[in-house]
Formats: sequence, structure tokens, C-alpha cells
Amino acid sequence: MKKMCAVKTQIKKGGRLEQVCDDARGVLLPRLQEIQNRRGYISDKAMQKLADELGIHPVEVYSVVSFYSFLHTKKKGKYIVRLSQCITSKMAGQEKVRKAFEKELGIRMGETTRDGKITLEETACIGMCDQAPAALVNDELIGKMSPRKVKTLLASLK
Amino acid sequence: METQRQGPIIFSGIAPDEGLKAALGQSRADVIGEVRNSQIKGRGGAGFPTGVKWNLAATAQGERKFIVCNADEGEPGTFKDRVLLKEYARTVFEGMVIAGYAVGAQHGYVYLRGEYRSFGPHLEQVLQQMEDEGALGDAILGKKDFHFDIEIRFGVGAYVCGEESALIESLEGYRGEARNRPPFPTNTGLHGSPTVVNNVETFAAVPHIIAKGAEWFASFGTEKSKGSKLLSVSGDCRKPGVYEVPFGTSIKQILKMVEAEDTKAVQVGGASGTCVPKKEFGRVIAYEDLSTGGSVIVFNSRRSLIDVVHNFLEFFAEESCGQCTPCREGVPVLLEYAEKLRAGELTRNELGEVYSLSETMQLASKCGLGQSAPNALVSILEKFPKECPLSTSQRKELVR
Repeated sequence: MKKMCAVKTQIKKGGRLEQVCDDARGVLLPRLQEIQNRRGYISDKAMQKLADELGIHPVEVYSVVSFYSFLHTKKKGKYIVRLSQCITSKMAGQEKVRKAFEKELGIRMGETTRDGKITLEETACIGMCDQAPAALVNDELIGKMSPRKVKTLLASLK
Repeated sequence: METQRQGPIIFSGIAPDEGLKAALGQSRADVIGEVRNSQIKGRGGAGFPTGVKWNLAATAQGERKFIVCNADEGEPGTFKDRVLLKEYARTVFEGMVIAGYAVGAQHGYVYLRGEYRSFGPHLEQVLQQMEDEGALGDAILGKKDFHFDIEIRFGVGAYVCGEESALIESLEGYRGEARNRPPFPTNTGLHGSPTVVNNVETFAAVPHIIAKGAEWFASFGTEKSKGSKLLSVSGDCRKPGVYEVPFGTSIKQILKMVEAEDTKAVQVGGASGTCVPKKEFGRVIAYEDLSTGGSVIVFNSRRSLIDVVHNFLEFFAEESCGQCTPCREGVPVLLEYAEKLRAGELTRNELGEVYSLSETMQLASKCGLGQSAPNALVSILEKFPKECPLSTSQRKELVR
């Protein structure tokens, strides 16, 4: 499948056609990540603006945003706590840690606290199996989670 | 926290620039020749010979060429790249520069999984230091016509982007969906240009190969698998962590090394790998036997393997990109069958369907995700019949 928007056709001297690959779109993911880091999420307006800038349809941008699990179009908590649901975490007691989070925060998996501070999610293996159960808090990898550690962790999130 | 690492190759220690200097003192063809003679194969698990890959990219026509470091490790149970990028980033980057020199590329990308975003500042610092020392950028180590730079790009939580063509799609700003191959990235890769995509571990081994020689490298390992493999060991053992072992090391030896006791089974290769039962612990880590990206998960006798399979299938259901029908539709069906199996309600007819569906997925999925998603279920049905609540006639079916 050839990408309509990424390949431009130019007429070279002598009338020969040449396809020129336009790699401007390569900045799409870094730009989306930057918008999300700044604003906390990617709004419809931001997608429209970025699409205009790159000369592609806004739906193209949305199709990318919707593909990647770490990009989101809705506002989430200031901190996103992602519990690894890798088998190694499950074996090391992830269930207890999950319950501790839900109890302390008063929310279920997938929800955000009412003050908009913390979103609780589950994610695939985060590469901390040697220190399971593990969690990713925004960008920070945290290993050896336990119900007790949940309390100290939550207290440290300002 | 991390102890002094020891290993035959990657953990054996090398001075900064040692490999790079040696490479730039040779012709491009000689560098590729050295890598080819070392017989190193891709460390991501697929095992394509690195020297052949580099030669294909070097001889492919293209004004621009790219080197991509696949640091999107997402296979459940794998964390060796975390250690490599934290502790051996310079060696990895030098491996990329050497690859750039060998194939005639000017630009390199590190595609780092989003989960490792916190490593960004450290990696940028290493790159800056290399640039300050002339090991990156213009006229590397005084070689006038050689320019190479490295840019770090972050993934955003998609396992499938570890597949090289999906990774390239992602770098180009698209959904990470695997491409049809051929054409292969070595001639039509990033932005339609010849591209070498190698695993972090492959790049980490390259400076050692060039500095110490192909012969030295090939003295480790087995007849068909040269060198060493980094293993990420986790699960039921006293000493989980990253170990470097020569190819040919048996499961038994690994279990002793990590102080695992009462082991029932070992999952080699993560969710897409195979489950090895106790009676096969004599099998070895090698491309010709247990081929793996490095994930080794140990299960003791109290674990339910059906729970494990269920977890893996949930993982694939979550991570399937949805492009190929057999994978998108097949994984949820396998998950359903796994649930029935756990409840002891799988009929003989359904058991037959597990096999035929698995075969369809293996044959008709475009990338490794769909092709290997059925592995775990099929492997416990075949190798651990006692774990599965099946009737006698169903068991007979398994032995066919």
C-alpha cells in the first residue's frame, strides 16, 4: 500500500517523472507526544492544527492517536499509575497491589480520582519482571510494589 | 544496586571508542566481512545473520540509508535492553556508528519503548559526550568523509512496533502496522530507503567483534549459534536478573545459576515463545534449539500453567494491531477456548478447532504477533496434558 500523502511526484528536467518521498510526517509521533506532555491529552483542536501543519487529513492524525495506547484524547489524571499485568507481576502479588490502589484512591481500574490527580490503569509488561510486581508512574519505573508501598507512593505524589 | 556484571562478550568490558577506532581503520567491506565471519545473528530472536543484513543494505541503491536500533523490547519477561541502555549505552551507540560506517548510512534512530522514557536524559547525555569527543557527528574520529548522527525516538505503548516493519511505519508517523515483505527494509525501509534494523543487543556486541576479532567471538557458543545471549530471567527463582551466557547453555544450568527450586516449567521466549517441561530441561539456548529474544520465566510446581496461557492470550488480544483477520479474530477465540479449558468444558470438537485455528493464524498472519500467539496454548496442550482438565478421549486426540 503506497501512502498517498507521503509520496509526491515531481517532473524532473527532460520530462522524466520522479517520485520524491516526503518524510515530513515522520515528526507526527514526537509532536503528538510533545502536545500530550504539555497539555495532558490531545484535543480535537490540536489534532486539526497538527494535520494542517503537516498537510494531511485530521482523520489521519486521529487514526495514529487511537492506535497507540499511551496517547489519549481525553483528559486524564496528573499522574497516570500503570500497573504491569505481566504474568511475572501477577505471580508476585499484583492483585493485592491493585486492590490497595483501588482502596486508597477510592476508584476502580481505568478511572481517575475526582480531583483529577491520579488515573489508575493496567498495562502490558513494562520490563521490570526482575522486580515484580511493577508499576509505571508517569515515566518512572517502580519495582517491588506492595500494599504498603502503595501508601508511601501515593503520599509522595503531590 | 546492580552488581558487577560478568559475561563472555557484552559484559566483558571494552574501552570507549575501542571498537569504533578499529572499525574506522578498516575498509567498509572489511568491517562487514568481520561481522559476517563472526556469524552473529540477530539478537531479537528471529536470528537473521547480521553480516548478511548489513551487506544487503550496503549494496542496495539509495541516496540515503538509515540505521535503526530496535529498543522497543516488549516481550513479556524481557528487560535486558533496560540494563544495556542504562549501563552500556555507549557500546550500543558505537555499534550503530560502526553499522553506519559499514553500510554508508548517515543517520541513526533509536526507537525506545515509551515505558523507558525516563532513560531519555541519560541517553542524550551519552550522545552529547560522544559528539564532544568526536565519536559522533561530522568527521567521526577524524575520518573526513564520515558523518553519522543518532536521534532518539520514543514509542507510545504498542508491542507490535517491535516488529521491524511496524517500527518503521511508526517512525514514519503511521499506525504501527506490519508491512508485507518483501520488499525488506534492507532495500525499502525507512522513507523508502535502505535501512538496517538491529536489536540493541546486536549493536552492543558489534564493537566487541570488531575490536577483538570475529574468531574470538565465534569461539563462544555452538556450531550454529555463535557468541553469547543475554537472558532476562524472572519468575520463581531467588536471583532474577540479566545474565550473559554462551549459546548452548542448558535450562538446567540456568536454573542453577538463578537458584530456582521446585521448577515445573520454564517459559522461554516470552508470551510468543515455548513452555519447556521438566523432562526437557536438558535443552539449550540456541537458534537451533530454544531460540529466544532473552525472556526466561520460571514457574514452580504451585503455578497453574493454564493461568499463564490465559494471561498471555489476554496480552495478545490487547496488543493485536487488528490488521490481519486471523490474528484479530483468532486471538479472542483462543482466549475463549483457554477459559473453557480452565473450566474443564472444552469439547473434543473445540479441541480440534484450537489446532486448526492455530494453524490458520500461523500461516496467514502477517507478522510474528499473530503467528506466535497460539504457541503458548498449543504448547501446554501438547506438553502438559496433566495440567489440562480433559477427558481420556481428548487426551488421545492430543497424542495423534
